[in-house]
Amino acid sequence: MKYDVIIVGGGPAGLAAACSAYENGAKKIVVIERDKELGGILNQCIHNGFGLHYFKEELTGPEYAGRFVKMLRDTNVEVKLDTMVLDISQDRVVHCISAGEGYQQLEGKSIVLSMGCRERTRGAIAIPGDRPAGIFTAGAAQRYVNMEGWMCGKRVVILGSGDIGLIMARRMTLEGAKVLACVELCPYSNGLNRNIVQCLQDYDIPLYLSHTITDIQGKERVERVVISQVDDNRAPIPGSEMVLECDTVLLSVGLIPENELTRSAGIRMDPRTNGAVVFENMETSAPGIFGCGNVVHVHDLVDFVTAESMRAGAAAAKFAAGGEASGPVLEVKNGSCVTYTVPQRIRRENVEKNVELFFRVNNVYRDMVIRVKDGDTVLCQFKREHMAPGEMEKIAIPRVILDRAKGDTLTVAVEKQ
Amino acid sequence: MYDVAIVGCGIIGAATAYQLARYRLSVVVLEAMNDVANATTKANSAILHAGYDPEPGTKMARLNVEGVKMAKELCEKLSVERREIGSFVLAFSQEEMATVRELFDRGNKNGVPGLRVLTGEEVRAMEPAISGEVVGALYAPSAAIVSPWEFCLALAETAVRNGVELRLSSPVTAIEKREGSFLLRTASGDVEARYVVNAAGVESDRVHAMVGGDSFHITPNRGEYYLLDKTQGTLVDKVVFQCPNKDGKGVLVAPTVHGNLIVGPNAQAVDGPDEVGNTAAGLAFVKKMALKSVPGINFRDSIRNFAGVRANSDQSDFIIEESEAAPGFINLGGIKSPGLSAAPAIGVEAVKLLQGCGLQLEEKDSFTDTRSRVVFRHLPPEEKERMVRENPLYGRVICRCETITEGEIVEAIHRPIVPRTIDAIKRRCNAGMGRCQGGFCGPRVHEILSRELGLPLNEILMDEEGSYILTQPTKEGK
Repeated sequence: MKYDVIIVGGGPAGLAAACSAYENGAKKIVVIERDKELGGILNQCIHNGFGLHYFKEELTGPEYAGRFVKMLRDTNVEVKLDTMVLDISQDRVVHCISAGEGYQQLEGKSIVLSMGCRERTRGAIAIPGDRPAGIFTAGAAQRYVNMEGWMCGKRVVILGSGDIGLIMARRMTLEGAKVLACVELCPYSNGLNRNIVQCLQDYDIPLYLSHTITDIQGKERVERVVISQVDDNRAPIPGSEMVLECDTVLLSVGLIPENELTRSAGIRMDPRTNGAVVFENMETSAPGIFGCGNVVHVHDLVDFVTAESMRAGAAAAKFAAGGEASGPVLEVKNGSCVTYTVPQRIRRENVEKNVELFFRVNNVYRDMVIRVKDGDTVLCQFKREHMAPGEMEKIAIPRVILDRAKGDTLTVAVEKQ
Repeated sequence: MYDVAIVGCGIIGAATAYQLARYRLSVVVLEAMNDVANATTKANSAILHAGYDPEPGTKMARLNVEGVKMAKELCEKLSVERREIGSFVLAFSQEEMATVRELFDRGNKNGVPGLRVLTGEEVRAMEPAISGEVVGALYAPSAAIVSPWEFCLALAETAVRNGVELRLSSPVTAIEKREGSFLLRTASGDVEARYVVNAAGVESDRVHAMVGGDSFHITPNRGEYYLLDKTQGTLVDKVVFQCPNKDGKGVLVAPTVHGNLIVGPNAQAVDGPDEVGNTAAGLAFVKKMALKSVPGINFRDSIRNFAGVRANSDQSDFIIEESEAAPGFINLGGIKSPGLSAAPAIGVEAVKLLQGCGLQLEEKDSFTDTRSRVVFRHLPPEEKERMVRENPLYGRVICRCETITEGEIVEAIHRPIVPRTIDAIKRRCNAGMGRCQGGFCGPRVHEILSRELGLPLNEILMDEEGSYILTQPTKEGK
């Protein structure tokens, strides 16, 4: 089977990429989704707060996804549900299986990777202690509560202040559970400020910053956890232990882009994002294979996933129509306080008006300036009153500014005013 | 009245049951937990040792070498994942080189094939990730890696298929000696048997005490591990040991048959067999020692920690003998490392001991000695296509990290030893073994178990009795 654009993953990124590829003239488009319905993780995010930027209104996760599903319905975009992609090759053949259609090989003129991300687990952070039932990633608990209609605990401690953990603190409380604490290793929260206020403070749930779980106890089911304060090097401080009797631990300790297919296709990865290295149009190191959404870098708001994926979908349509991008490359480097940038590489000849650049900072900062530099020369700068690692930063660099760069690298730095 | 009751269905109990299943005997296996392979057998280094460690002349030495020879054939015919990748014992100094040469001599006496002493350069030529500090190593090409729980399950399942009865969730609480038999009290009722095989692992001294035996004592000894993502699984393609010391074989680094990297264990005496928690100090030690052998391990790619308890005893050798306290009661105790390697031979040894006690052995006319299972991800595309056409459940991937299909999970549920828990499915199919550790597939496996077993969702456990997952329906829930 041959397609103009094959989209791997039907969550918010894949949906936006499909809509955009269609609007930009791609004729034969297919979205491959491993779940039984489109929408990805949005389907279990039944709280509101989605769409403020993109739709200028507050929607729930399923409503946000529903808007795009409805848009797709009015197109001829094909959707394969309950279908798992097993392999993608550099020459853009997608191997997939499903119960209905068996094993298939699909050829794409271009491919969009939009597989999303997964949650970091207990093993990734090596929490000592027993290994009983009752330890869930926040997203798995969310699935049980919101999709299956089952509670998975009565007395809950949440480790990590990522947004899903904060949302679940409120959700479990509303369902009658007692959330004893949210425990965060960093001296600042990793979630959005609005979630700290609306999900913890409004329900009197204490947030322990610079704390972590140092022991989980319980033979069959969690019985208690020990939490300890940590020092500046994030090492537990002896004597600061506090015991919390609980039956459940929810982990909200970060997300990891899900790039097994990307890696096995031999696409160049960025160890800073755990995603593919991408160009200004979201193209990866494999020509004609694009990436967008959380599979490229973990976003804070779905609205930004949508915007980015629209660009990827448009670029995939253009590539499918024979519009291969080329030209000299500007490498974007981390300057002070910056942990990564997306895109990592810019072909300025391929930039129309401006290029949108996303990045995150390594700490909480006040009154700073983002400077885009060519060597020591500052090409442009943007003021920010407040910056935090939990919030993604976005700047738009105009083409005319890019054209002034003489070297082959740009540095994005956050500096004092 | 049974001819033989085996107490415990770890690898030792399963290997014994498998050997006894060849004969016209009524055999029952009493397992305390709700699944087989659920203690020491599931939490160890997953190595079939070449056999150069044990002192020549010991049972340990003989059974290790015989056991791994048997394992090769058994794994083949019973579809157990095993890879013969060879092992190194690294030396970081000339003193350690002396130990390496000692192991070389010992291995030759024990009949280990193909041993060689290599220089540091030769070691790194074979495995470039090994530390530049290494001055030499013992190379044993016959060492292998295996899936220990799969091995145990395969033996137990084959035994059951050939008529052995397996009773799960049946801890033995007392044993009464009678005239010519034993009465075993268990949580699932009394069992009378002419002979008893004590394969209760870390509990074997306690079970022995039930018949008045006091000839050995178990000191549980905990070993902690890291399991790393498949991104680290190709760092080395040998089992990489350090020189053994008084606490055991030291920290090893090895690939697993599932493609991950396993790192561990430390060794710490603990108070009881239940003490399988991880400790910050233990994990830090394991990490430090592993980096000494293979400096490039990226511990950020750790996906799980676990710990297991060794059944160390106050005897230096395995305890494989008829109890002096109770004729007809066979102890298979103190089976520490290399217990997994020796297990198949220990099973044969147990049968010989029973025969020596007077058990009549008459071979059955037919003995089903094969086992097959579908591992969908390993099939070539055309086979995958055929499988899905024949059974669409193979077209539905449940565990994304390991590419495990609903077909494999449903097939596992309908095998002779029925898995009832999320972890039992994990041990049979690998679902939930990957980098997301069941974050995605856990709830889906949960639903499949509920559907296939006809049990409500809240009655499906994670692992042991009491390891419930769900508490109550949500306010708007069912």
